[in-house]
Amino acid sequence: MTARRMKRSFLFPVGLLILWQLCSVLGILPRSVIPSPVHIIAALYELLAEGLPRGSTLNMHCLYSLLRVACGFMLAASVGVPLGILCGWSRTVRDMLTPIIETLRPIPPLAWIPLAILWFGIGLTSATFIIFLGCFFPILLNTISGVVSVEPILINAARTLGASDRQIFLHVLLPGATPAIYTGLRIGLGIGWMTLVAAEFTGVKSGYGLGYMIMTARDIQRPDLVLAGMAVIGLTGFLLDCIVRLFEARALRWRS
Amino acid sequence: MSLEIKNLSKTFEEQDAVQPIPALQNITLSVNQGQFLSVIGPSGCGKTTLLRIIAGLEKASAGTVLINGALPERPWEHVGFVFQEYALFPWRTVIDNIAFGLEMKHMSKKERYTKAREYCKQFGIDGFEYCYPREISGGMRQRVAIARTLINDPTIVLMDEPFGALDSQTRSQLQTFLLQIWQRSQKTVLFITHSIDEAIFLSQHIIGLTRRPGSIGLSLPVDLAYPRDITSDEFNRYRREIIRFLNAQQNDEEYSSKASKIVTWYEYKRALC
Ligand SMILES: Nc1ncnc2c1ncn2[C@@H]1O[C@H](COP(=O)(O)OP(=O)(O)OP(=O)(O)O)[C@@H](O)[C@H]1O
Ligand SMILES: [Mg+2]
Repeated sequence: MTARRMKRSFLFPVGLLILWQLCSVLGILPRSVIPSPVHIIAALYELLAEGLPRGSTLNMHCLYSLLRVACGFMLAASVGVPLGILCGWSRTVRDMLTPIIETLRPIPPLAWIPLAILWFGIGLTSATFIIFLGCFFPILLNTISGVVSVEPILINAARTLGASDRQIFLHVLLPGATPAIYTGLRIGLGIGWMTLVAAEFTGVKSGYGLGYMIMTARDIQRPDLVLAGMAVIGLTGFLLDCIVRLFEARALRWRS
Repeated sequence: MSLEIKNLSKTFEEQDAVQPIPALQNITLSVNQGQFLSVIGPSGCGKTTLLRIIAGLEKASAGTVLINGALPERPWEHVGFVFQEYALFPWRTVIDNIAFGLEMKHMSKKERYTKAREYCKQFGIDGFEYCYPREISGGMRQRVAIARTLINDPTIVLMDEPFGALDSQTRSQLQTFLLQIWQRSQKTVLFITHSIDEAIFLSQHIIGLTRRPGSIGLSLPVDLAYPRDITSDEFNRYRREIIRFLNAQQNDEEYSSKASKIVTWYEYKRALC
């Protein structure tokens, strides 16, 4: 069953790629509109072997981008989860913070770039801050809703079984909110990754980064390199999500 | 005296309620150490509320609850509560559910597992120690819930329709089992049930609550030797008496005229969910 589903998930996209290639070869999709998969793969190889700009290879771009996301994401998780639990636990804190959260949340992380550069200059700190903003709200909001949805009867049960407030926090609210926290982490990471690339587009100029790489490809008018870069971003994002899912499946064995 | 309730009343005053809901009215009741007492009454008459107040999970509007002669600051530390819905922690295995209370007291893992395994054996749940709650049957779950409560050695055990959701065979099995444990441990038990037979089969004393606001409308000592034969004539006599009481609650003229008015927001919302 699972094997059949995996096959399905693999074969259909591969089939589409073959179709795309066919259309390119037959001239239905001219190269000036979109490069063919084979060209994109060749471009990918070029990015890996020669780099863009020359010498800055794809793996370095990836590494830098991942580092930025890792910093922003870790920071967002280590602030968002505890704060979310606190907000979920205490109605007072929730009432106080909700208007602030809901005002800051609709501001696109990219709108913070000028301030970020003003405060932190151009560099890792700035990028971390922007990504932090992208990751933070989904993590926070999902954690809050996870805690709020923990059944009161479980809290009462813990209390009559002798748990202190601190223990209820640790042994009931936290595990009870875990499924929602994981959802938040996954959404947060996805948004963080999207924010990263966009942030590299505009602001962050360290010479490395997938967004930066794509902008360079655009400047030298190489759509095949642009698409190769996009494919790498997409696949890396997918991979990141798979990794979090793996942790999630391990932590939530009790649910399945 | 293990438990003394004096002039206890409870009115829910919710912000979103159309009007205050009187749930309990002037309950006075005392339960001896080691006594098995059942509370029976129509649905919504405040039985769960009564237990929650005793456990300190809800504040009384008036009256006092004394546990072992004192007014406890943290009542939940003196009582064990077995909930209507099992209330097991779904993310904990059976053994970790049972050992929860011990863990909260910082007992070492080895020690608490040893003790929890004893309870598993005693409760007939050995072999399921490492299952998650969703993997075991309802009857098993309720055994786990009872074991989890008793391992803490509470003075008073409050049980809120613990067998309500079980099929009749599992139910009667667990009734017999509960009697054995009770007789062995000599705990004070306050047991809530909808089932007349269950109340008579288990308890030394039966309290009948009236329609909401619940007040004591029946106080019936059950003088039958254990184990009880549910087909006996004496058993039937008790049955008749309780049925008469409960029927009177249903046919209460005053109730039926009031009933439509006292559909509260709370119930309305609950019905919608
Ligand atoms: N938190 C609450 N806010 C408002 N009303 C409540 C609340 N809890 C209970 N009530 C109301 O108080 C009354 C008694 O509720 P309770 O749950 O104690 O009844 P019960 O006898 O246990 O019912 P059942 O037999 O259905 O379990 C009900 O009418 C209920 O709607
Ligand atoms: Mg109830």
